[in-house]
Amino acid sequence: MPSSLHSGDDDTTKKMIRDITLGQYYLGNSVIHKLDPRVKIMAALLYIVALFVVKEFTGFIAAVVFLEMVIIISKVPRRYIWRGLKPVLIIIAFTLAVNLFMIKGEVLWQFGILHITREGVRTAAFMGIRLVLLIIGSSMLTLTTRPIGLTDGIEALLSPFKKIGLPAHELAMMMTIALRFIPTLLEETDKIIKAQQARGADFESGNIFRRAKALVPILVPLFISAFRIAQELAMAMEARCYGGNVKRTRMNAMKFARRDLIAVVIFCVFLALIVLQRVLL
Amino acid sequence: MAFIKVENLIFDYIKTDEGGAPVATRAIEGVSFVVEKGSFTAVIGQNGSGKSTLAKNLNGLLIPTTGKVWIDGLDTSVQENVWNVRQKVAMVFQNPDNQIVSAIVEDDVAFGPENLGIDPAEIRERVDRALDGVEMGDYKDKAPHLLSGGQKQRIAIAGAVAMEPECIVFDEPTAMLDPRGRREVLAIARDLNRKGMTVVFITHFMEEAACADHVIVMDGGRIRMEGTPHEIFRREDELKALNLDVPAPVKLASLLRKEGVALPEDILTEEELVCALLEVRAG
Repeated sequence: MPSSLHSGDDDTTKKMIRDITLGQYYLGNSVIHKLDPRVKIMAALLYIVALFVVKEFTGFIAAVVFLEMVIIISKVPRRYIWRGLKPVLIIIAFTLAVNLFMIKGEVLWQFGILHITREGVRTAAFMGIRLVLLIIGSSMLTLTTRPIGLTDGIEALLSPFKKIGLPAHELAMMMTIALRFIPTLLEETDKIIKAQQARGADFESGNIFRRAKALVPILVPLFISAFRIAQELAMAMEARCYGGNVKRTRMNAMKFARRDLIAVVIFCVFLALIVLQRVLL
Repeated sequence: MAFIKVENLIFDYIKTDEGGAPVATRAIEGVSFVVEKGSFTAVIGQNGSGKSTLAKNLNGLLIPTTGKVWIDGLDTSVQENVWNVRQKVAMVFQNPDNQIVSAIVEDDVAFGPENLGIDPAEIRERVDRALDGVEMGDYKDKAPHLLSGGQKQRIAIAGAVAMEPECIVFDEPTAMLDPRGRREVLAIARDLNRKGMTVVFITHFMEEAACADHVIVMDGGRIRMEGTPHEIFRREDELKALNLDVPAPVKLASLLRKEGVALPEDILTEEELVCALLEVRAG
């Protein structure tokens, strides 16, 4: 393989690694960034629920206006939002197509067995808007909340369930570590692939079964090194006095501030609008 | 005053063989030494000499099979002492990647103090101070995987410093770094030592050991030599027998002496060699 190809591979891997963590969180200092993660997580969840409450197009007006407001206040550049939307475009297109062609009703256009109905167009557009809002809405959460804030927030929100035996702290710690080690494991995978290629392994030719089989020499060393990393990390964590959630404090303790109260009020107004349009229209 | 006291330490790794029977592999066979408060102790030895196992015995990550390790008067084999011991003796490991817990630099530095249950405002202060101490203050919002090896290791050191320990054990912190990263890490370790931190520095780079006030040479799980760097690196032949080298300036000085250049016996560092050579030329 020519060396130029190799350096190209290298760049894409590096770019991929960068995108994975930085693609989620956009470093900023806006009010949205500063909101209590618990408020943001709950708002994102309820926003998604609200999108499913909407039954008429008019209902989306409130949803779009609210989301637009969040985007403007957060100062997150649109290209970051677009980047989050891009990978799911295929799914959106597929949903649109299915709805467009499958729904029966007043036929607008027909070609062989394919037909488009008025109801089909309506449902497709409706689903499309709902999906786009859903994805942008949830990516606004990850774009404006640090990974550690997210896990702390989830831990806090899950802690009432500790009484029934849910290991909230452990789950949150696992998420923190998983986020931290995604790039490390990607680099490790890249290293193993290169090492196997250097010894003549072929990952690019043959049918799908052959290629799947060719992955075994990557997966086995990857698992072994994942276990080794886990062991070293566990030792390092113990050396830093980690012993579960006993007497542990947080540097950025979550505080429900005045701005959070304002955010909650605004969000409640939005929810009320959604419910009202559902009831009245 | 002795801060760390190791007495007849023996350590066995226990593994189970295919039949399920335990098999012991001896890593350390009867080691005794003390580390003075505020000193800089280097431990050198080739791979498998037991130096890493020794390091992990110094903060209760491993508990001696027989013998005792005392940290500031606390016995590491007593379960109740373990948190105290780990707070007093922090540790920096070889691989910078596998000891960073969080995806954001400052959150990682805060991990230790958070575990100790320190007040949030105080953690904030400690984290800022620790990051400034390793000159990584500008990187506090960055993701660790985007930093160089030397920078990551500095973050790991900041994480240890933020726990405000009395001693830091460096377990081959420079083994995976480039020359520049190595110099940075060593400079920080020496700086911490100057400010009163007791440092145990495990390494296989002789130049790094030359900076210590006390050197322990390990081989086959035993201490083979102990003394000041001057005392140790004078015994070039004995070190060679243990497959260890002497620092480059020492080697050069001894070669020059053989050629008849009148150089003093106690040359350790590059500067000392340069000064001595200038003196030779002048006189």
